[in-house]
This record gives sequence, structure tokens and C-alpha cells, in this order.
Amino acid sequence: MHGLLLVLATFLASGVEMVEALTIVLAVGITRGWRSTLVGVATATLSLAVIVALLGPALARIPIDALRLVVGALLLLFGLQWLRKAILRASGYVALHDEAEAFRTQLTAAQAAGTVIRAGLDWYAFTLSFKGVLLEGLEVAFIVVTFASAPGTFPLVVSGAVAAVVLVGIAGVFLHRPLSAVPENTMKFAVGLLLTSFGMFWGAEGAGVDWPGGDGAILALLAFLALVSLGLTSWLRHQQVRAFTAG
Amino acid sequence: MGSAALGFVRFWYAFIVGDDWTVAAGVIAALAVTSMLGRRGVAAWWLLPVVVGLLLFASLRRAAGKHQ
Repeated sequence: MHGLLLVLATFLASGVEMVEALTIVLAVGITRGWRSTLVGVATATLSLAVIVALLGPALARIPIDALRLVVGALLLLFGLQWLRKAILRASGYVALHDEAEAFRTQLTAAQAAGTVIRAGLDWYAFTLSFKGVLLEGLEVAFIVVTFASAPGTFPLVVSGAVAAVVLVGIAGVFLHRPLSAVPENTMKFAVGLLLTSFGMFWGAEGAGVDWPGGDGAILALLAFLALVSLGLTSWLRHQQVRAFTAG
Repeated sequence: MGSAALGFVRFWYAFIVGDDWTVAAGVIAALAVTSMLGRRGVAAWWLLPVVVGLLLFASLRRAAGKHQ
């Protein structure tokens, strides 16, 4: 169960970030040509692999209790950021991320930009696809590294992240348009819940806590946090309606 | 050089701390108190979930107030 949740967390986190990266890559590739765009994608992917390869062994040198504390704190910080944004979007306070609109904006910008050739590459296409994939992938790389620091989890965590990258990549190649139908906010909500639950579990363990029920406490934390988050979403929606009718 | 260093710090601040620094500060404080209570033999497993719920509530209330 524990392993399944880890795979689900990295699959969803990787999937949602790759959907956003795909929008940028498609817009740049279609308008500026594929060669420089794909070199940018490959360079960013290689950079992310190097980050994972360097950070993974560095974390493995930290003593287990301190590691759990650090990893738990990081997961809590990332998880609460994802959850906070997802709740604000779900309750209507912040607009939902619109891939079709983002695609149109990127397309217009890519068409308007001038051409500078460096190292035989269209520099605009290279830098934009490189930055897009690197920045969207950086958080996933950190999530993978932190999850993989728990003993025996590396294959599970990496398989979840890689499966999402492959799935989004295949969808992009065949559909050749942004994946607007993907329920991004629901996925972000779920990622926020999973990261925060694991963060609480490992962070508290690192701080010396013995959880009642052992590993089963993760499910209880997940259920508790889901109830709190859904309650807060409903409360915020109610506030929004009250403000609208009063104003 | 100075602006590049500032940009680097800003990027990592936004990446790790995010939009609301009080959430990050609250998480660190809650972990510190949990550790302190644990060393004194107090069963403090309940503290972090309660603090996380309260931090989320306070942060969302502030954000909703700003957006209205």
C-alpha cells in the first residue's frame, strides 16, 4: 500500500508537470522547428538526470533520522504549496491553468521572436524548450530524490515518474496538441495530499515520533488531510458566494 | 554577477518556501517542537497534523482575503 502511494505520487506529479512542459515544447517545435527544440528537451532531461544522480547519493550519506527530518520537511513544504494552490483553484479564487490558452500565448511569442543562431541552433527554440522542461521537471526531480531516499523505494519511485513522462510523450507525439482535457487541478490536489501526508509521517518520525499503527498511519494522515482540504475548499467556495451576493 | 546571485537566491526561495513564508516557518517550528516533546518522553504524533491543518486554514484565509 505504502509503495503504491509512492508510485501514484510520483506518477501524478511527473504527469502534471510534463503536461505543462509538453505545451511549451509543442508551441516552440511547431513554430520554430523541431531540431533545436528537441536538443533543448534532451539537454534539460540530461541535466535533470545529473541532478538526481548527484543529489541521491548525497542524501544517502545523511544519518537516517536526520534524513527523515530533512526529507519530511521538504515534502511538507512542497506538498503544502501544491495543496494550497489546488484548493485556491478548486474554490474559484485563482483561475484554473488553461493549457489551450498557455499554448496560444507560447505560439504567439515564438512566432514574434527574432532568430539568433548559436552553436548551429535556433537559440530561442533551444533555450525555451530547455527552460520549460528543466523548470517543470525540477520539482519532480526533487520529489523523486526525496522519496527514493527511503530504503528500497528507488525502483518504485523512478518507475512512477518515468511512466508518466513516457505516457505524456506518446500522447504528445500522436495528438500533436496540448493535453487540455487532463484534469490538472485534481491531479495537483492529489499530489499535494500525498506529499504532505508522507512529509508529516517521515518528518515526525525523524523528530523522534513513534506513529500509532506504524506505516498504517500514512493512510490515516491521508484521510485526515483529505477531509480537512475538502472542508476548506467547501468553506472557501461558500465565502466566495457570500462575497458575490453581498457585493 | 550580483544580480545573478540574487536571482539564484530568489529562485530557490520561491521553489522551497513558495508564496507564503509563514507556512514554511510554521512547519519548521512544528517539527522542532515535536522533536523537543519527543525527547521529554511526550507522545507528540498528533502535533504535526494539527499544526498543518491550522497553517493551511490560516494561509488560505489570507490568500482568499487578498484575492477578494
